Amino acid sequence: MKAIKLFTFFSLFCAQLVAQDGANLMKQLENDSNKINYTIATFKSTRLITGHSVETIGKGVLDVRILHRFAPLNMGIYNFFGLDYASMRMGFDYGITKNLMIGIGHSTWEKTYDAFIKVKLLRQSTGAVNIPFTLAFVSTIATRTDLARKDTLNNRIHTSFTDKSSFTEQIIIGRKFSNSFSLQFMPIFIFNHNRIDSINTYTKNKDNLIYGQKRKNTVALGIGGRLKVSKRISITAEYYYQLPDTRPGKYFNSVSLGVDIETGGHVFQLHFTNSNGMTEKSFITDTDDKWRDGYIRLGFNISRVFNIGKH
Amino acid sequence: MKKNIILVLVLFTVYINCKGQLYYTKNGRISFFSSALLEDIKADNNQVISIINTSTGDIQFSLLNNTFHFKKSLMEIHFNEDYMESSKYPKDSFKGKIKDPSKVNFTVDGSYPVVVSGELTIHGITNKVSNTGTIFINAGIITAASKFQIKLADYKINIPKIVKDNIAEFVDVTVSCVYDKKR
Repeated sequence: MKAIKLFTFFSLFCAQLVAQDGANLMKQLENDSNKINYTIATFKSTRLITGHSVETIGKGVLDVRILHRFAPLNMGIYNFFGLDYASMRMGFDYGITKNLMIGIGHSTWEKTYDAFIKVKLLRQSTGAVNIPFTLAFVSTIATRTDLARKDTLNNRIHTSFTDKSSFTEQIIIGRKFSNSFSLQFMPIFIFNHNRIDSINTYTKNKDNLIYGQKRKNTVALGIGGRLKVSKRISITAEYYYQLPDTRPGKYFNSVSLGVDIETGGHVFQLHFTNSNGMTEKSFITDTDDKWRDGYIRLGFNISRVFNIGKH
Repeated sequence: MKKNIILVLVLFTVYINCKGQLYYTKNGRISFFSSALLEDIKADNNQVISIINTSTGDIQFSLLNNTFHFKKSLMEIHFNEDYMESSKYPKDSFKGKIKDPSKVNFTVDGSYPVVVSGELTIHGITNKVSNTGTIFINAGIITAASKFQIKLADYKINIPKIVKDNIAEFVDVTVSCVYDKKR
């Protein structure tokens, strides 16, 4: 009798022990698998508005990007508030690895061809490794092909490849502070070898620059952020401040405000900006309009991704 | 005296049973598949944690959303960011029991159909579920397999109208776990 009682007691105790053991084991296994938890989707797209965001496109993904910047709104109703004229960039980006992407493009602005490489060097993460921000590096080369071959006196002008090109190196430090708020800083160096020309009809404020003079190298500091208002819609802003000593002529800083709308594989980015160009050299150093004077342009980026590479 | 020896032996047997019935895996596989008008969505996870108690029939699963792998990297981002809200609800789990575990003879090779019921937690929502599965015993190695369907709406995973042609209402889930004995 006593034995049965003891047996029952021990069995119950044992069941309790097993349950306890199970819970402990589960906890232990979960702790063991405590891995690096990378922060994802700091921004919806690889571009914040015109400039690069800290994001790279996924491996094997081709991103076809069509960008438009219309003429200023203050052109009035006759030119349909600037929508009758557009500056455009068409580009193809491709993700080589998860953290490395390349891209090429052509812009109507100065008939520019550009190519870039972007690499994520650090990824914001929690868990086993704690990194508070994502760090990316972007290097861009842009070459204009619209320079005059002859000057006003009909003398041949020799323009070398470097005379027509600009080289942009930028570091992007971005952090996703919360699900809805992300911020990034972008120190940028633009080695601008473009020479001043007189044939660009769009620019108005170059009178004080001398034809043929070499452009200055520019150092700029960018800041940009996004605020998610719903799962698919965010408000974005970016501002590029050129250090005054390096700001060429009567050019202004680029300010843009936008909205990102995401549906599946598409991202639509609509924005207002005072910049016309869409490569770093053009929108950071060639912005010759000011918001205050009503030189605000409507613009949009359309991005469509295709999975073409092997995963 | 004899009685006492028997008692000790009985207790010892209970103790041995007590210790030796937990099996676990850290590399269990769970995959899901959904077929919608425009797109098939498929993802695999081979870092599922699971334990099984062969005497009580207790069975548990746990996985992290961000260990699911998709063919398209953007899908993986959308899965975590828009649908599962993985930063808020990183983990999904199941805690349940095999009905009638005595029907499964864990020492004899074979396949044993079982009914498992318990609580499934996905996207922070816990539902009571009951599904069928199979326990395979092969050369003493335990494998648990199951196939079942979940309705996204039951777990408050919202599909916006704009992508309703891309994402199905129901998702097929496949489970396959091979267990090691707890040392």
